[in-house]
Amino acid sequence: MAVSQLNGVKVWQRRDRAKQLKIWFGYFIAVTIFMVCWKYMSDRTIWIFVWDAPTQAIDIATRMVPPKWGYINSLWGVIWDTINIATLGTVIAIFLAVPTAFCAARNTTPSVRFVRPIALFIIVSSRSINSLIWALILVAILGPGVVAGIIAIGLRSIGFCAKLLYEAIEEIEPTQVEAITATGAGRLQVLAYGIVPQILPAFAGISVFRWDINIRESTILGYVGAGGIGLHLSASIDNLVWTQVSIILMVIIVTVIVSEWVSAKVRHSII
Amino acid sequence: MTTDTVRSGVSRRWTKPPFIRNPRTRWFLWLGAGIYLALALGTLEVNWVRMADGIPRGIRFISSFFPPDFVTSWGEIVTGLYESIWMTITSTVVGVALAIPIGLGAARNLAPRPVYLVCRAILALTRSFQEIIIAIFMVKLFGFGPFAGFLTLSIASIGFYGKLLAEDIEDMDPVQAEAIRATGAKWFQWLNYAVQPQVMPRMIGLGIYRLDINFRESAVLGIVGAGGIGATLNTAFDRYEFDTAAAVLLIIIAIVMFVEYTSGYVRKKVQ
Repeated sequence: MAVSQLNGVKVWQRRDRAKQLKIWFGYFIAVTIFMVCWKYMSDRTIWIFVWDAPTQAIDIATRMVPPKWGYINSLWGVIWDTINIATLGTVIAIFLAVPTAFCAARNTTPSVRFVRPIALFIIVSSRSINSLIWALILVAILGPGVVAGIIAIGLRSIGFCAKLLYEAIEEIEPTQVEAITATGAGRLQVLAYGIVPQILPAFAGISVFRWDINIRESTILGYVGAGGIGLHLSASIDNLVWTQVSIILMVIIVTVIVSEWVSAKVRHSII
Repeated sequence: MTTDTVRSGVSRRWTKPPFIRNPRTRWFLWLGAGIYLALALGTLEVNWVRMADGIPRGIRFISSFFPPDFVTSWGEIVTGLYESIWMTITSTVVGVALAIPIGLGAARNLAPRPVYLVCRAILALTRSFQEIIIAIFMVKLFGFGPFAGFLTLSIASIGFYGKLLAEDIEDMDPVQAEAIRATGAKWFQWLNYAVQPQVMPRMIGLGIYRLDINFRESAVLGIVGAGGIGATLNTAFDRYEFDTAAAVLLIIIAIVMFVEYTSGYVRKKVQ
């Protein structure tokens, strides 16, 4: 808190001069970085296309109405596929994430020096490669189809689930574990009776949360051939059938909103 | 202790209380999960022949990733990286700058009802589409290149940041806000001295986290033509230059790890 004299009157200020100048300097650096980045980006942009965008947008918007309502009947199959990709992918991820998380948590890992770094590496590499890139690789290996999508979602989600889960494991109450150990329980019994009950709510919350994210992600996997509604979306866009595109977009919005609602409901009832 | 087992006298052995208390809900959930799994796995079209084909193909595919080739397309990799970095920084700045007014409007304790509803609708809309879908449209409207990616990431940042900002403001301590208001502060002063200090530390952390996410996303936007390192990756895949693709993937993992480490460090310092 700083008070300065202005014409003999004391004026309250939030910060003194040096601190304020430092903050201004920080802003200056940030703005400079932003401007430099902007300049480079705008050099690589063809601005004629950008100025053209509003007319293009109006054009596409007018072609999108009226939506081709009948088309929805050929979409039920892929909606089902999309939900399956997300759900089964999440199930796979959970099965693989649980052991990874137990190996990664400092208090449950068999060996801090050898096992933990491996588990952490699995988590980071799974998290840093987007599911679309996983799908790109898997489609090349397994061929196009739902299976590639499921595995891609699964591989991507391991890192997310395992990271949140191992943080939950590290935050458990140690006294309960101690109490179970004091009864003479073995290692696995301590796990089952001391640790698992403490992390079950977090575990359920994490799975449902990831499922919700996965629904959103699985809508685009079709773009690289990994099944789901994205396949129809990219086909409709490539063939310029905008009336179908608008239906697909509506379906995606509804699916996402429903899944978000379900996930919020479940998480509220757990916590 | 489950009282049922004791009362019935069948077994006096103690069993763990189940996670879901209500037995009817529990059995219903198990049954539902079973039926769903049967249905989902039943409708899964798996081409086993193709999958079996995929195993030697996959081995060949993965072996063609090694050794990673950093040299041949180094120029393209660097260009892609620079584009990704520009996109990431500009879009985070613009996204956060736009998210602040929208987030303020979407906080129930700050905004009048109509403003609240409009802002919440904007946030819901920007969040319901996956980045890739937005990117497809941005590329259609604004042409290929990093500008489309920049717009996509900005929109995604608005949804993410605005929602979290609004929730954070809704959770703030009303007592401090009341105290500032009691001094006769005007609305902007009230915002500046009562609301901002309470949400600022978390918001700086989230801004850095969003920078991290934006970089990760910029690695895939190139697949649909929105510039960045993803474009380099996609080109490498299209030309069957898998050793270059491996190099790009390794670079992405390295940068993501670096960014995540620094962002974690900075966030810990700020909070």
